[in-house]
Amino acid sequence: MGYPTDLKYTKEHEWISANGGTATIGITNYAQESLGDIVFVDLPKVGTDLTAGKTFGSVESVKAVSDLYAPASGKVTEVNGALATSPENINKDAHAAWMLKIALKDPNELNGLMSAADYDKFVAEEGGH
Amino acid sequence: MSAVEVTPNIRKTALNAVHRQMGAKMVEFNGWDMPVEYPSAGGIIAEHNAVRTGVGIFDVSHMGDIRLHGPQALAAVQHISMNDASKLGIGQAQYSALLYPQGTFVDDVIVHRLGEDDYLLVINAGTREKDFNWVRDNTRQFDCKVENLSDDFTQIAIQGPKGVNLLQKLTDADLSAVKFYWVTRVTRGTVCGLKNMLIARTGYTAEDGFEIYVPADEKTSAMVWNKVLEAGKEFGVVPCGLGARNTLRLEGKLPLYGHEISDTINVWEAGLDRFIKMEKPEFIGREALEKAKAAGLKRTLVGLEMVERGIARDGYKVWDDSGREIGYVTSGSYAPFLKKNIALAYVPTEFANVGSTVKVEIRGQGVKAQVVPTPFYKRPKKA
Repeated sequence: MGYPTDLKYTKEHEWISANGGTATIGITNYAQESLGDIVFVDLPKVGTDLTAGKTFGSVESVKAVSDLYAPASGKVTEVNGALATSPENINKDAHAAWMLKIALKDPNELNGLMSAADYDKFVAEEGGH
Repeated sequence: MSAVEVTPNIRKTALNAVHRQMGAKMVEFNGWDMPVEYPSAGGIIAEHNAVRTGVGIFDVSHMGDIRLHGPQALAAVQHISMNDASKLGIGQAQYSALLYPQGTFVDDVIVHRLGEDDYLLVINAGTREKDFNWVRDNTRQFDCKVENLSDDFTQIAIQGPKGVNLLQKLTDADLSAVKFYWVTRVTRGTVCGLKNMLIARTGYTAEDGFEIYVPADEKTSAMVWNKVLEAGKEFGVVPCGLGARNTLRLEGKLPLYGHEISDTINVWEAGLDRFIKMEKPEFIGREALEKAKAAGLKRTLVGLEMVERGIARDGYKVWDDSGREIGYVTSGSYAPFLKKNIALAYVPTEFANVGSTVKVEIRGQGVKAQVVPTPFYKRPKKA
């Protein structure tokens, strides 16, 4: 599928969208498809410091538990509270159902992440999608 | 997330190509390449709820089958199993288990009495070879033939309240005459156009339903699978994978080998008392179980419902309120029909009362859970 070109992607299947010094984070459509029905999301509180590449929470489907990895470092400024009661929103539209907004520590960190085209190629190799 | 690794000696059922054509997500389960869910059918939650409210079908050909027949077949079955097979009429089935001398589980089984001296044991996929060897080695003293028929059948489970309506469309046998936990060979008439088909009113979903035994060739298997799907359209039938099979059996507190029962857990601990017949004078494991009963129970299987946010998973530790480790979770999941996070766990008997609170360790945190009555789900009685 064509992934949105205004986002950046990680090998752990998170997306990040930066707007100046703030960024929005979620998981990709490939991730939600692999997980299946998502029934639980565990996210950090506002004010938590994320470190790029480190886990910041988890997402669970009926079958599987999967860690979430921070695409970039920064402080959590907002959490999508709707996901606590409606985690299935991620299955419906993974790129709309954002998880966190963060104040980026260093916007340059995003340069090391994959573009939509690179991510497309990456998931094609990983799962044959 | 990591990709599923495919082991070189992975086995396939006769319906493997059909599952793949239907876009099933496949996983390795006990050495078998099996569908875990069918995204086209809506995935695990939709599959689960179809079985609770309508009908779903499963390929369960990975299950094994052992036939014992001959003049001393009953004596052999009685020796190796904990339930009382002498109570079975011809065409009747019972839940039972094969035990080690120490009273722990070789496996749980369904014993079907097919004829006068003819029994069929249906066993788990992961324990096929172990079970067959155990049965063969422990019945040598009896005048009875032991056959491994595991590769002879494609086993299709048709489960849910509409299962009987679906299957009735495909056979001229009167299914209302086949009661729950009875089995019949359809000799007058056919099933999906096939003669001599074995159909059992059994399952692993805590619903009414049937399991049918189809010749294991790919062509016949696919023909039957497709006919069942076609006939089930008016009932909203969906194909179901192992994911839904697991959540369905968990809601019904049906044990799974390697989880609620194993070679280190005895029958009393597993709470399967009503399937063990201590009045039988002899069977493997009986002596140890008599002693274990006299010694008293130290741990027992309980149902947990999460009170705080979190899902208990297999292997997670159970703590008391002070954070001391007291037991472990054997199975845990979001329960799609009950819409709760539930689990089965072994805990010391003093924590087993309904209403007791414990904690489940989830990613290092103690998350509150409560002991609740089981089964979590019981199918409604027919009006």
